[in-house]
Amino acid sequence: MLQIKNLHASIDGTEILKGLNLEVKEGEIHAIMGPNGSGKSTLSKVIAGHPDYEVTSGTVDYEINFKMKNVLDMEVDERAREGLFLAFQYPVEVPGVSNSEFLRASYNAICTHQGAEEMDVLDFDDYLQEKVKFLNMEPNFIGRQLNVDFSGGEKKRNEILQMAVLNPRMSILDETDSGLDVDSLKAVSEGVNKLRTKDNAIVMITHYQRLLSYIVPDYVHVLNNGKIVKTGDKSLALEIEKRGYDWILN
Amino acid sequence: MSANNVKKSISNGDNYKYGFVTNVESDEFPKGLDEDVVRRISAVKQEPEFLLEYRLRAFKHWQTLVEPTWAHVHYKPIDFKDIRYYSAPKKKKVLNSLDEVDQEVLDTFTKLGIPLQEQKRLSGVAVDAVFDSVSVGTTHKEELAKVGVIFCSFSEAVKDHPELVKKYLGTVVPYKDNFYAALNAAVFSDGSFVYIPKGVKCPLDLSTYFRINAAETGQFERTLIIADEGSQVCYLEGCTAPMRDENQLHAAVVELIAHRDAEIKYSTVQNWYAGDKDGKGGIYNFVTKRGICKEANSKISWTQVETGSAITWKYPSVILLGDNSVGEFYSVALTNNKMQADTGTKMIHIGKNTTSKIISKGISADESVNSYRGQVKIMPSATNARNYSQCDSMLVGDRCSANTFPYIEAKNNTATIEHEATTSKINAEQIFYLKSRGIDEEGAISLLLNGFCKEVFKELPLEFSVEAVKLLEMKLENSVG
Repeated sequence: MLQIKNLHASIDGTEILKGLNLEVKEGEIHAIMGPNGSGKSTLSKVIAGHPDYEVTSGTVDYEINFKMKNVLDMEVDERAREGLFLAFQYPVEVPGVSNSEFLRASYNAICTHQGAEEMDVLDFDDYLQEKVKFLNMEPNFIGRQLNVDFSGGEKKRNEILQMAVLNPRMSILDETDSGLDVDSLKAVSEGVNKLRTKDNAIVMITHYQRLLSYIVPDYVHVLNNGKIVKTGDKSLALEIEKRGYDWILN
Repeated sequence: MSANNVKKSISNGDNYKYGFVTNVESDEFPKGLDEDVVRRISAVKQEPEFLLEYRLRAFKHWQTLVEPTWAHVHYKPIDFKDIRYYSAPKKKKVLNSLDEVDQEVLDTFTKLGIPLQEQKRLSGVAVDAVFDSVSVGTTHKEELAKVGVIFCSFSEAVKDHPELVKKYLGTVVPYKDNFYAALNAAVFSDGSFVYIPKGVKCPLDLSTYFRINAAETGQFERTLIIADEGSQVCYLEGCTAPMRDENQLHAAVVELIAHRDAEIKYSTVQNWYAGDKDGKGGIYNFVTKRGICKEANSKISWTQVETGSAITWKYPSVILLGDNSVGEFYSVALTNNKMQADTGTKMIHIGKNTTSKIISKGISADESVNSYRGQVKIMPSATNARNYSQCDSMLVGDRCSANTFPYIEAKNNTATIEHEATTSKINAEQIFYLKSRGIDEEGAISLLLNGFCKEVFKELPLEFSVEAVKLLEMKLENSVG
């Protein structure tokens, strides 16, 4: 579903990703771990298409209508409409725009693109309430201004709500566990697990193993200095928890 | 460069779709201003003696004044002798109905989206169209007359209802009020007049559309709206002008009078030509707008969406004289390129239990300067007065500026005054976030603008609010991202 080949990317002239390769198939969950500054967040932003990053070489192929297509040629919003989703490490506050009107605009943009009919306000409200319930969230979440005055945990849960509403095929969760207390971490993880199907895929970017005991990955990759240096299964994460990164990097 | 950005670069520049000029033969005065010009304007309009005298007094006073310089705007001094003070489409004969108005002029308004001819009229809205110095026609007159509503050009009101004009003219904005009010009182050529009789809720929204067409001509219109006891009216105003390299002066005066239990809602979408991106040309919009809640339980509400003019100097105000009266001011002011706006309101509390509310949203982009200036004054007689003010500024890019100048003066210690101000930025991260959820760039900007201006837009009539959003999007198309 997603195939990254020899990806090099830089910001302000500094190269961060230095030939990264990764392949993700339907139904899989991948975890990308690595020390600070290894390029984890850069990877997520490059896949989503953040304008600050410059891709100097390589491809990010993503399956659209049974064909692999390099998403680096596509606009940020086009990628999203094809089912690529990034759960932000630091979700952005948007004053004056309610969570529900934002989600409806987003949902309808995707529907229109996929040739489906747009949902009107009332139907969408029902749909949204259903998702809120599904994720055991407070119903008042959706009337609030998008991420404004949300706690850290609420912001992260709101990202998962968006994921539930937009139903992406390929989700990248960027440090979704950072800044969460145990209860929030549990709630967020349960949400992600519920959204998992055999047709979608998830890449989790994380610094710590603890998220992976709630959302169990099929593969664990260690990223260092802009490249994946080791790949294993969930036991690799446990070992990192015990021994740190040094034994892999040296 | 993405496909989107390419499209934008192509449409970049002066995407002001109202910038065309109508070729129409005009009766014009030569440029210049002296007592004779004032007399000639009055003579052309066959005015009664009281009005000529009023003009002459105003002109005399104006000659003793100097232009105000306290506003946070900068421009070369205006040569008031280099302006034409009267221009009107040449009439071939006396007009009996709108159908006899010059086709060119009718076409102009149709092109502006304001059809005047019977079969194409906007339903539910009566329109008075002002072309340069004169009103060219008012729609739905008969329908309004049935309920006793008078809606006509100012000139007609002077002819047909001189007693009302005499009674109210200059009572809210006296010619001594300020430099531009004095100038307007001396040389105003037309405008709109509204009278809503006692107990009547005006069945249609009333609307005036101002169009400056002639070059080197100033537009000095005057609007007078009187809502008698227990009446209600909703009034809308729109403005455009051709793109020209020279600056043109627009100095209007608007007076609103609300009697006991009456309510006036006045909405403006101002889109005068703002000059090009280097700041060349554009309208100087120096306007005095004020209403008085003359008696108890009356209400005046101003809503403005200011998106045009090279320079805006405008403070729609309310004098809250009647007990329990209410004044409101809702404003969105957008500046881009090199526009300068100094706008806000004055709420003068005199009666007991008077309340006022100020919601101001300033959006500045490019190298523009956007200032909110507002005064809240609680007089000793205004027991239990309340004011709430909220002034929010949004910056687009880092070369623009926003200022807030609130003046609060409370002379009665029972007053409750609240003032809140915020400054925020439309930033690339917000756009990226929204785009990463599938919303395209225009949609993202529209969501952000709508969110910022929501409290003001909801005060506009629906079709106006849709227009207003589109207008803001169009103006900001090249500034964000």
